[in-house]
Amino acid sequence: MNIWKPHLGGRSWLGGIAVVAGFFLLNEAFVHGVFGYGLSAYYLRVITLVGISMVLAVSLTLVNGCAGQFSIGHAGFMAVGAYASAAVTHFGGAPFIALLEILPAWPVHTLRLWVSLAVGAAVGGVAGWLVGLPTLRLRGDYLAIVTLGFGEIIRVVLLNIEPTGGALGFTNIAQGPEVPGRSPDQRFALFLEETMFFWVALVATGTILVVGRLAYSSFGRSLAAIRENEIAAAAIGIDTTRAKTTAFVVSAALTGVAGGLYAHYDNYLNPSSFTFLRSVEIVTMIVLGGLGSLSGAIVGAGVLTILPEALRDLTRLFPPSVTAAAPFLASLPDYRMVLYALLLVGLMIARPQGLYGRREWPWLARLFLTRDGEKGVG
Amino acid sequence: METLIQQLINGLALGSIYALIALGYTMVYGVLRLINFAHGDVYMLGTFAGYYTALRFGFSEAAPSFVRAALLLLVAMVVCAVAGLTIERLAYRPVRQASRLTALITAIGVSLFLENVGQIIFGANPKFFPQVLPPQQFPVYGAVVITTPDLAILGASLILTIGLHRLVHHTAFGRAMRAIAHDLDTAKLMGIDTNRVIALTFAIGSALAAAAGVLVALRYPKFDPLIGVTTGLKAFIAAVLGGIGNVSGAVLGGVIIGLAETMATGYLPATLNPYKDAVAFAILVAVLLVRPTGILGTTAPEKV
Repeated sequence: MNIWKPHLGGRSWLGGIAVVAGFFLLNEAFVHGVFGYGLSAYYLRVITLVGISMVLAVSLTLVNGCAGQFSIGHAGFMAVGAYASAAVTHFGGAPFIALLEILPAWPVHTLRLWVSLAVGAAVGGVAGWLVGLPTLRLRGDYLAIVTLGFGEIIRVVLLNIEPTGGALGFTNIAQGPEVPGRSPDQRFALFLEETMFFWVALVATGTILVVGRLAYSSFGRSLAAIRENEIAAAAIGIDTTRAKTTAFVVSAALTGVAGGLYAHYDNYLNPSSFTFLRSVEIVTMIVLGGLGSLSGAIVGAGVLTILPEALRDLTRLFPPSVTAAAPFLASLPDYRMVLYALLLVGLMIARPQGLYGRREWPWLARLFLTRDGEKGVG
Repeated sequence: METLIQQLINGLALGSIYALIALGYTMVYGVLRLINFAHGDVYMLGTFAGYYTALRFGFSEAAPSFVRAALLLLVAMVVCAVAGLTIERLAYRPVRQASRLTALITAIGVSLFLENVGQIIFGANPKFFPQVLPPQQFPVYGAVVITTPDLAILGASLILTIGLHRLVHHTAFGRAMRAIAHDLDTAKLMGIDTNRVIALTFAIGSALAAAAGVLVALRYPKFDPLIGVTTGLKAFIAAVLGGIGNVSGAVLGGVIIGLAETMATGYLPATLNPYKDAVAFAILVAVLLVRPTGILGTTAPEKV
């Protein structure tokens, strides 16, 4: 299983460079308005949040979609990753600030962000292992409920840890702890503000690639076998516990990275962002898109992140003359969450298999296949 | 000793509330294998139904009476039974053939819908339920007292639970329900009108949640459209703890969670006290790791 070499005619590194350069240019365009494509802070925020949602949805697909194990506690792993990486940035800034004296700014900031995200991934993965090892022997709904229980326990613990703000929230993550008599160091915070879209886009692409390559590998086929029939999978010699735990740990680590991105993007964390509703939201994304389909997870993340925002702007769809004639249309934004709920139920009734079912976009699936044309079971 | 007994009484009262709600979760799970996430919000509807009935008929603290409280309970139960029927017909029946996850997301959608409609129609600000029960206290042991709301909660939930138990185990309807829980397709082949039984299951579960909604408001008067979220989650945990799909298990689980929460509030050392919200979840995790199908749940051997 070599998950690092997509089938791109042997020039995968060229594609990689093109993608990175593309994201960089997009970032410049969106943030600084180069080429006249600047985005308002609001739209940039929505797009960035879509990227983070994609990381969450795609990594959850590995557990819920590929392996058929139902987790509704991923907000807990996101929280653990977010707080761990935020804590590293907040409390471990000194060596990087010292490095700033001798090196140019951007490599130092980049390194600092990567170290934090790596810690978020590691801590998320360890949390996934600790939760997964004892619980993955549970089946179906019971597994779901235990992951839910763990997610809530993690949140309550975070509420009560004082150094990271407790219930008040973790503020000024990038600026570091307050030193009396000295103004906070804003350099890293400004760097993050200007480049977060780039990092989120990069991590989202990486996550899609990693999860896709795993899903289309022999490991992914073991997961599919477990999903379809666990007893039969064990009977043909798959170490089901090991496969399930691996999937869970990888998924939790990637979710931890998403949490780290979220922490650095908002520069603020609050345990109330990681309730059970957040886990449910991620599950909803992948079920709406089509369980087991990465294309579906991507679209689901986009739809469910944009939809509540789009409904905010609903009245703009009508010309002023219409809203004047029917004033209730002007109050539609008040009902946006009601509409959101109705759309969710309506979509589930109209397309119970999700938007994409188990299908993938062909161009995306091609990235996941290995060179010798090995085909996976999606 | 006296504090302990007082805590036990409080815990039992809270536990009976959880048990009433848990019964709805467990019955619906039994027949449909669906985690009905909207159930907590039906409980919220129950509180509001009781509240508006009390307003409409001018029931208040000024003229407390048991009959009026019972009337509120009854009206709320009827309103929520109708709401449960409507939800089942409009949202759950169309997705019954789809995968269970689809049904689950539908339930989440219904839950979000009820919460947000509730906030628009009833307003998001907290309201206070008129205390229509006579404010009496009955001595039990030394300084330990039991108040009328506690007594009402314990009495009403005992009656409702026994009633439900008789319904499930001693009537033709109950037999049909158990048959569906065992195997829906076979039950259909045996001539059971499964649609009707499932709809009635929803109605009964919702009525029990409504009863819990009114009873809890008689003891803790403050409520708002989001009360169903946490209470619903804890009641659901109670159902799983006892063994989901099992009626006695739901009651047992409810009482355990209620007692554990009260005891945690009363007896945890000050440093651990902030963690009392996690107690229910910790118990759940611990129990499921030892008994993977809950305390009274049975493990059916998997067919190969």
